Amino acid sequence: MKLPRFVIPTFIALAVLGGWEWFVRAGHVNDVLVPAPSHILQWFWWALFDRASFESGHYLVALQKGELLPATWVTMRRLIIGFAIGAAIGIPLGALCARVRWVRDTIGVLALGLQTLPSVCWVPLALLWFGIREEAVLFVVVMGTLWAVVIAVQESVLNVPPLYLRAAQTMGSNGWHLWSRVIFPAALPGVLSGMKQGWAFAWRSLMAAEIFVVIVTGFGLGSLLNAGRELLRMDQVMGVMAVVMLVGLLADLVFFAPLERWLRRSRGLER
Amino acid sequence: MSTPLSKSPASAALTLRNVTKRFEGAAGRVTALEDISLDVREGEFLVVVGPSGCGKSTLLGLLAGLEHSDEGTIQLGDEPVLSPGRDRLVMFQQDALFPWLNALENVLFGLRLKPGLTDAERLESARYYLNLVGLGNKEKARPHELSGGMRQRVALARSLAPNPRVLLMDEPFSALDALTREQLYGDIQEIFTKRKKTIVLVTHNIREAVCLGDRVVLFSPNPGRVQQVFDVDLPRPRRMNDPALANLAAEVTTALSAHLAADKQ
Repeated sequence: MKLPRFVIPTFIALAVLGGWEWFVRAGHVNDVLVPAPSHILQWFWWALFDRASFESGHYLVALQKGELLPATWVTMRRLIIGFAIGAAIGIPLGALCARVRWVRDTIGVLALGLQTLPSVCWVPLALLWFGIREEAVLFVVVMGTLWAVVIAVQESVLNVPPLYLRAAQTMGSNGWHLWSRVIFPAALPGVLSGMKQGWAFAWRSLMAAEIFVVIVTGFGLGSLLNAGRELLRMDQVMGVMAVVMLVGLLADLVFFAPLERWLRRSRGLER
Repeated sequence: MSTPLSKSPASAALTLRNVTKRFEGAAGRVTALEDISLDVREGEFLVVVGPSGCGKSTLLGLLAGLEHSDEGTIQLGDEPVLSPGRDRLVMFQQDALFPWLNALENVLFGLRLKPGLTDAERLESARYYLNLVGLGNKEKARPHELSGGMRQRVALARSLAPNPRVLLMDEPFSALDALTREQLYGDIQEIFTKRKKTIVLVTHNIREAVCLGDRVVLFSPNPGRVQQVFDVDLPRPRRMNDPALANLAAEVTTALSAHLAADKQ
């Protein structure tokens, strides 16, 4: 008899968690520094469902019950808005880089450099320019997303097979028609993987921004994590870490993976 | 659609006069084509044959308007050829079908760019040409779901559908297996006889050239130039294993070897 695929991983995961639980309970480590899984689970329950007043902004509110979902929402909203702005600027800019040589030699090269710059580095400037406001966080997220998207779009447009362009041109396609009906569809798989990378970068930069800066306009997951550190609540720190991972996985599972699979399948890149 | 006879008795669809094309390569300047003068008659199937590097693909690029000559002129009827246009559609070595469109949409691509038609007429035309190449039942298939031969058939339908004045073929059969190729030779000849298209085909396959062409123009390399022109008077449809065709192919091969040997000395 063949076991379903999920059985062995589930068994291993449970064994690891069980071992961890036992290790902490047996007193081999300080349970303030390393909370047991059951503690983290407890924190989850408390943070999710035991809703009390959630007031954004005030530091101590981090210990209020039931703030996990509102905090996740604050973070998601920042992420989605920042990512959307980054992609909305990055896609046309990347296309322009591919199309115009001098733009590629200036902005394209700059993008390559800025992409290697961890976007936390933007935090000091963002704070000075925008103050401790929502715009500062968004700016950091946009800077994290933008350059990855620019480079991915530029590369995938440059890699469109010239044969497609020649074929389309002989049929009378040019200008906007060529871009919208040939270049963009042909570049779409590359653009999508660029978006995916941009999303990952946005996520990282947002966490950094939220951990480093307490933004009065909303208490996000990063702030929650940092509050856990300051209050020595490692169950909260680890719980938030788990949420951050889950959200990342979920975004991939719900959005990127199906889109990619559809794209690959419809073009016969995958059976 | 009939084309009015032009004044010249030969009624040339395409006229090349003293066309020269050079490339700047790593090894310096290379003359790809030297002083080519050629007429392609209206309704003629002209085949340009020669070994690789003889500039025949460059010639097709020039006719398509995808590249520009350094010297000389190319005219379609009375108009100079300066840019790509749908009066000269191209079938490429690879099918160049768009993988994000299905067979019907691929055929519609060129038709949609042709003004003066209603959408219903475009659809009808696309279906007609898909049927003509024997793929009426594959409308919804994506390119990757079709075999190499079928893809080239869709590409043929796509090039024929906007009713170009000249059909240009850049070795469209070379990537296919022998059986599929022979089938396509039959299809092309049938369509050529039925639709009276002007066709320019470039190939390195001499047998293929003799099988398909009304005239076969032999090119030789370094630099690419016209060596000899053969008239093929065999009745259509021609079969690849016809002895008369084999004889003529042998004649062309002998001529090519002689030219290549002469070049070496």
